[in-house]
Amino acid sequence: MVDEVVLLDLWASMFGMRVRIALAEKGVKYEYMEDDWRNKSDLLLKMNPLHKKVPVLIHNGKPVCESLIIVQYIDEVWKDKSPLLPSDPYQRAQARFWADFVDNKVYGVSRRVWATKGEEQEAAKQEFFEIFKILEGELGDKPYFGGETFGFVDIALVTFYSWFYVYETFGKFSIEAECPTIIAWAKRCMQKESVAKTLPDQKKVLESLLSS
Amino acid sequence: MMAEEVKLFRSWSSPFPLRVIWALELKGIPYEVILVDLSNKSSLLLQYNPIHMKVPVLVHNGKSIAESLVILEYVEETWKQTPSLLPEDPYERAMERFWAKFGDDKVLPSLWNVFIKQGKDQEEAMVPAQENLTNLEELLRGKNFFSGERIGFLDLAFGWLANMVSVFEEVMGATVLDNQKLPSLSAWMKNFMDAPIIKESWPPRDKLITKCQALRQAHIEKEAPK
Repeated sequence: MVDEVVLLDLWASMFGMRVRIALAEKGVKYEYMEDDWRNKSDLLLKMNPLHKKVPVLIHNGKPVCESLIIVQYIDEVWKDKSPLLPSDPYQRAQARFWADFVDNKVYGVSRRVWATKGEEQEAAKQEFFEIFKILEGELGDKPYFGGETFGFVDIALVTFYSWFYVYETFGKFSIEAECPTIIAWAKRCMQKESVAKTLPDQKKVLESLLSS
Repeated sequence: MMAEEVKLFRSWSSPFPLRVIWALELKGIPYEVILVDLSNKSSLLLQYNPIHMKVPVLVHNGKSIAESLVILEYVEETWKQTPSLLPEDPYERAMERFWAKFGDDKVLPSLWNVFIKQGKDQEEAMVPAQENLTNLEELLRGKNFFSGERIGFLDLAFGWLANMVSVFEEVMGATVLDNQKLPSLSAWMKNFMDAPIIKESWPPRDKLITKCQALRQAHIEKEAPK
């Protein structure tokens, strides 16, 4: 049976980018549909009635929502190529733990870095670096969070790299100065075709935010 | 075969370690409980869960895993004996993971938000909480358990509802879950509450009530206009 794969997404969504990277890693052909965050499509409302958010992967008509759940789904369905999660249960648990950590910690604090001012922003900036220092500690001197190969946690985090110029511009700081290991890791990930072709240019993301 | 050493850090009251206990008990895996006083965290807990310093933590042959839903998947993948907790089909698995996340991200916080409030604030908080519970009612329709014919991952993820809703309602003196409007959810709660293994695991109710009374009081005092 020919697979029909549709991705409902927004080009600047770091969550949607995770799914695009996963699909690219697996070589899955899909139809990309750009939604409109100002005017959510009927399709989005039908496919994700609970959260009304992108990304939504629609596989043979059936929707899967929540980016990390979608990435695991992609890994389990297209399992014969480029595994995204390790095979060992303990390593898989570590990958899930750290991907959850990224989800629970990085988005919230990053948003506060660019969306707030004054004391609230200063607190957010401090927390931002605390969180990224923890991530640097977890990465250690491994090439990727997963070890020798690019995997689940790398996918969960690297998409935020496309927003780093936004954080740096609004936060008036340099991420490379505080977290050089993270920047080196992000650039290493960008050498992979799936990442390079998915992540939008950092300046484009800032421009789009400023003009919205 | 190497002797298995399985330890579980839990507190007496937290519902999250219960998920892991249920999974271990259902699969017949022997384990040792390490009881933690969360108001006085031991260095052992900090050693095994340095990032979040929370329970549960599973330590299997010296290696630690934190976050209850992550631990459930680890238990499922490591001890493959029946009952299996997750379905084989990737789509069904994605659905269970999606709803489990909904439970933790939305249902629990919305119920907690009703619990710690009073008066008009509580009335307003009821709306999203009841919407969330209605979603669970629809999810359950026609099924005995969230996971289908028998208890599975999603039932373990929602299990805290079976116990905590009635505790919250008793402490706050208000109803958030209308049995008439949510008959499937009410039936599931009763079945789960009394199921073998599950029914032996609940913390002492009177202790929970006392603890929750203190928590609610503390929150209400904090919000009171000064």
